[in-house]
Amino acid sequence: MTVPLFRSSRVLEAQIDEFLDVVAEGGLVYQAGVKAYLNGDKSDFDAAIIKIDKLESKADKLSKDVESHLYRQSLIPEHRGDVLGLLENSDNIIDTTKMSLYQFSVEQPEIPAEFDAEFLKLADASAAAVDAVIVCARAFFRDSEQVKDNLYKVHHFEKEADTISDSLKRAIFASDLDLAHKIHLRYFALNVEKVSDKAQEVADRLAIYSIKRNI
Amino acid sequence: MEILLFLSSGLFLGWSLGANDAANVFGTAVGTRMIKFRTAALVCSVFVVIGATVSGAGAAHTLGKLGAVNALAGSFTVALASALTTFLMTRLKIPVSTSQAIVGAIIGWNFYSASLTDSSSLTKIMITWVACPVLSGVMAVVLFILVRFLLRVTKPHLLRLDAGTRWGLLIVGAFGSYSLGANNIANVMGVFVLDNPFHDLVLFDVIRVTGVQQLFFIGAVAIGVGVFTYSERVMKTVGSGLVRISPVPAFVIVLAQSLTLFLFASQSLEYFLASHGLPTFPLVPVSSSQAVIGAIVGLSLFKGVGIRYKVMGEISLGWAATPLMAGVVSFLLLFFMDNVFDQQVYHPVRYRLDADVIEELAARGVTDPVFVELPVQNSARKLQRTLLDQTDLSADAIAEVMDVAAVGPWEVDLAAAAPTVWEDLGLSPEQMVALRRLDGQRFDHAWQFHRALAAASESWRPRPGDLANKKWNKALKSQLSLLLRVCRVYQRHE
Repeated sequence: MTVPLFRSSRVLEAQIDEFLDVVAEGGLVYQAGVKAYLNGDKSDFDAAIIKIDKLESKADKLSKDVESHLYRQSLIPEHRGDVLGLLENSDNIIDTTKMSLYQFSVEQPEIPAEFDAEFLKLADASAAAVDAVIVCARAFFRDSEQVKDNLYKVHHFEKEADTISDSLKRAIFASDLDLAHKIHLRYFALNVEKVSDKAQEVADRLAIYSIKRNI
Repeated sequence: MEILLFLSSGLFLGWSLGANDAANVFGTAVGTRMIKFRTAALVCSVFVVIGATVSGAGAAHTLGKLGAVNALAGSFTVALASALTTFLMTRLKIPVSTSQAIVGAIIGWNFYSASLTDSSSLTKIMITWVACPVLSGVMAVVLFILVRFLLRVTKPHLLRLDAGTRWGLLIVGAFGSYSLGANNIANVMGVFVLDNPFHDLVLFDVIRVTGVQQLFFIGAVAIGVGVFTYSERVMKTVGSGLVRISPVPAFVIVLAQSLTLFLFASQSLEYFLASHGLPTFPLVPVSSSQAVIGAIVGLSLFKGVGIRYKVMGEISLGWAATPLMAGVVSFLLLFFMDNVFDQQVYHPVRYRLDADVIEELAARGVTDPVFVELPVQNSARKLQRTLLDQTDLSADAIAEVMDVAAVGPWEVDLAAAAPTVWEDLGLSPEQMVALRRLDGQRFDHAWQFHRALAAASESWRPRPGDLANKKWNKALKSQLSLLLRVCRVYQRHE
């Protein structure tokens, strides 16, 4: 009875690691997708859409597997709720990146070249926030004291994304574009920024979980 | 048939012991939801049975605590009183020490039969209430610091830590259950060994199961049934009622409890250390129930976690009430058994300071002119009072006088007792040869019987009292007390 206990925990460990890999990769694919869109590189952008779609499905499946595994074998009773919350919220990150890329694809916003650099910086900051929060999530499982040391990076990138988004929106509304166009672009600035907000939400949860985890 | 009826209270005691004591080994594991109750109950029952039949029924099995009670109906009643007390405490979800319930019930019997209560048994109860939780609490804190350090260094994955903790809880719980069976079966069934209704069995022509092993197996099954049917209540108090415990501290707590019992109560460890010329730990009276609560409280205080003091107060009250209640219940039940059911609940012990006794006492350095004038006494308490009033002897000397003056008589009648009785005593061939030499002889005093045995063979002689021989002497003492019980000639007291 106890031998499978170790085996199943190893399987589960691998699944959780894979899930976090997928979310981290999602951040990078998102960043590449936005860049391709801004560069007008349609084939790369389409490839990014296909990729993020697959990653999102994979993340969904993995998180469901882990969830049922944890419940079925009543593992980590003390932290089960936290781990499930973590997985669910991390899954929200990749959902948000997918939605964002889809909106680029559906609405095809016309982004004037003068805003390209800012949009790119915004996507970079959001992707960096995702990357940093995944490092924290991994630390939560292995070395919860490290979570605290990495959380500030997530805050930093989220704040940076806020600042860029703010200045981008100001620049958009200060431009000569018509109002509908301005609102459309603001909508996309918000969309890209939202990815970093989702990373921040996970970070906030991790801050509490890691305190509980320290016995 | 009568023995089966008497056995029933031993089984009831076993059942209530299982219902109460399983929480000490698996309470924190179940309370933290790390191990399901059914898994814990199964592992606990299996290991209790193994411990009781393999280790508990060894060659030097003892009469257990109830051995102090010298009549079967008395043992039945004392066991019943202990079981009722433990059962009541279990109903109230309070973890108590079953041993203390038994000791309390025996004190009730002592009062009823006008026997003396060894003052050390009361001191032992007090020490167990204070020293045992403190030792166990300190042990828990030390282990916790150690485990925390190890976890900081090794940084295991949350899931691996979870699996490891489960393993740890299961293994320590299994060992705890094994010792629970091995240490307590004598208290549950020991006293029935000499009236054992079971005969040796040979299974598949290879495995020989002795009558004692069958008896202990039945007792262990009763403990197991107690674990399955009723231990969940106390487990919840231990596991989550007193304080909220996380899995790793839950493991530290059971480990601290086991180590406290092992270091401060294990004669085997003392023997091992002494025989290797190493310093030994002082042996103190400990109880797993007190140890586990001590570990929980100690660790909670160290971590600054809030303890539910109401539950703590109930537990403390339960500890104090257990021996007291068992004593009172025992006394009342004995009264009923004696007067309503006309059962002999004790065999009165007479004391006679005849010439042999006075000579023996003089050889031991205890003399007093009053000795020659004392008539035969029918009560230990009266003799003790007389000696206290009329002599200047110390308490130890008085105890020695009473020990030497107690009259049996004892008769070696090998043909009279059932052959299985001699097997059940676990005597060696040399001891049996020496006993045969004494066949037909009668002794008024126990020391005369012991001396005759010692003269007949070296196998009946105690060895010099250092630690390395403690095990031998303990086994010999247990055999002698069983032998005295078998050879005692009882006359119905007028």
